[in-house]
Amino acid sequence: MSILSFSEATLQAMIEEMERDPTVFVMGEDIARQGGIFGQFKGLPDRFPGRVLDTPISETAILGSALGAALTGLRPVADMHFADFISVAYDELVNQIAKNRYMFGGQANIPLVVRAPDGIVPGAAAQHSQSVEGWLMNIPGLIMVSPSSPATAKGLLKSAIRSNNPVIYFEHKVLYPQKGEVPDKEFLTPIGKAEVRRAGKDVTIVAYSIMVQKALEAAQNLSKEGIEVEIIDLLTIKPFDLETIVTSTRKTHRCVIAHEGVVHGGAGAEIASQVQQEAFYYLDAPILRVGTKNVPIPFSPPLLDFVAPKVANIEQAVKQVLYREGR
Amino acid sequence: MGVRIKEFPNVFLELPSKGKKDLLRTMIRIRSFETRVEELFLAKRIPGFVHLYIGEEGIATGIMANLRKTDWITSTHRGHGHAIAKGAQMNRMMAELYGKRSGYCKGKGGSMHIADFSVGMLGANGVVGGGFSIAVGAGMTAWMKKTDQVAVCFFGDGASNRGTFHEALNMAAIWKLPVLFVNENNQYASTTPVSYGVSASRISDRAVGYGIDGYTIDGNNVVEVYNVAHTLIDRLRAGKGPILLECRTYRVKGHYVGDPEKYRTKEEVKKQIEENDPIQRYTSYLIEQSFLKPEEIDALWKEAKEEVEAAVRYAEEEPYPAPEEALEDLFGPEQEVWV
Repeated sequence: MSILSFSEATLQAMIEEMERDPTVFVMGEDIARQGGIFGQFKGLPDRFPGRVLDTPISETAILGSALGAALTGLRPVADMHFADFISVAYDELVNQIAKNRYMFGGQANIPLVVRAPDGIVPGAAAQHSQSVEGWLMNIPGLIMVSPSSPATAKGLLKSAIRSNNPVIYFEHKVLYPQKGEVPDKEFLTPIGKAEVRRAGKDVTIVAYSIMVQKALEAAQNLSKEGIEVEIIDLLTIKPFDLETIVTSTRKTHRCVIAHEGVVHGGAGAEIASQVQQEAFYYLDAPILRVGTKNVPIPFSPPLLDFVAPKVANIEQAVKQVLYREGR
Repeated sequence: MGVRIKEFPNVFLELPSKGKKDLLRTMIRIRSFETRVEELFLAKRIPGFVHLYIGEEGIATGIMANLRKTDWITSTHRGHGHAIAKGAQMNRMMAELYGKRSGYCKGKGGSMHIADFSVGMLGANGVVGGGFSIAVGAGMTAWMKKTDQVAVCFFGDGASNRGTFHEALNMAAIWKLPVLFVNENNQYASTTPVSYGVSASRISDRAVGYGIDGYTIDGNNVVEVYNVAHTLIDRLRAGKGPILLECRTYRVKGHYVGDPEKYRTKEEVKKQIEENDPIQRYTSYLIEQSFLKPEEIDALWKEAKEEVEAAVRYAEEEPYPAPEEALEDLFGPEQEVWV
């Protein structure tokens, strides 16, 4: 085991995969000269000259050309700078990348990774703080993953690069400096498989990205009150591992879903719908969702604090499904 | 930068007699296919929408005659002609238009999403301006793998107003990618005339903004298209960077089959058909220059008609996909990374 930061872990993944496969390359804004705004590409251009490309500020051309490169024999990793800017290249992602294989009858594979730094950074406000997986939940043909730790950051990025399909890799900006244990031996974190981070009998919490950490914190507090929660780290948002969630929910009879994206129409809505379908007769309470309130991310600290999902919100939701606290 | 060569010599470069005949054959094959598709659509044997390439055949033909099978193109929703000229098979394309399983896209794409990746035809596109950056990506592959392949992006006058045009041309220019941006200026973006919707008097003038060369040529003169493309594609293969080529043409049919065409007069269209048809113009040229005899030309039409009829028979006889095949082809095969 080594102790690595989240961004070092992603860098290791890039290095290993670029060494392994000469067709892998990465492009994006400010990644070569600057090493990425979060340092996640530091040193990479020296190691792989010509394969780490600074692009102009041209998100549509970044994703569109990544598709063209993928169709003609390369394995592009396209960095979006901030996940928020996916909207600039929305057509390229949803009408071109997501549909290409299907609408052309499976003529080509699309080994393409979109790296999308997402999540709330205090003070970054409405256009640099979003979690945008909800925008893409409704688009067949895209895979979405989101690591919660340095180890999963490395393993999922390696899997995303080796995947023969378009993968959106959501990496939470606040997690970049956080350190954690990463196995020294080469490993892949499988796509489509959740991991149980904490076992518990009372309530199932489904979370991903930074909310896994918040759920773990909530679990400690709740444990002091005699409540033992089970935490499922989703890792793959789409297609999510329904089986693991349902198995846990049938055991605990209660389920809370926590993500940083806006609750309304977010990924949690689809998860809740599918879980209730599979576990309806096991449920002792409605499935609750924790996420950002239905407004853009505000700037001022008290405003942000009010709308952003926090540890306390998770604790409150857990108590609600246990009928320990009114709504 | 931005130098425009106004006149290209109106003669063939290094093209033997057989090549001259091949150009005509390709144009006639496209025309025959499209004419039949129009009939089939009006007879309700082809569902959906079709956008015909009739009257614009000189461009796809003249450009593609300079490409190799390993070169790539991106196409538009008016893409049948590009596919045929790039080497796609008529029968599989017709089967796709019918929505049959043996169609190029197994019935999932239809007319607006024709593609044959095996000949480098990277797809028609239902989104106007959707192909620019895909062609840039293909150009990146040639650049990064250090091959002399080129990518050609076909797009209409309307697409030149998309933001994707700007981003793609700029990106191709900074990396000197081997991409030929071929504008098919057919005078109308659906119902909107170029004179209204395009701010520049020539679409090729927009090249100046990217520090690349731009040219405007007569797209209905296949000789000119062939010659200019020959020169420009050589430049691309030599790594000189992207070029914008505007080919002036005219869409003699509606935007789609069934278009009421209220935005122009019948006289305007009639004049174009009579005076500016690329096949008629090239045929006259070949006969005047004694390159081909009238009976040879008749034989080409007959041959094309037979090919098209065989494609129609194929399309009609092939089975539809099974309904549940609608759920296939979304994702490619995975080995190690998926559960």
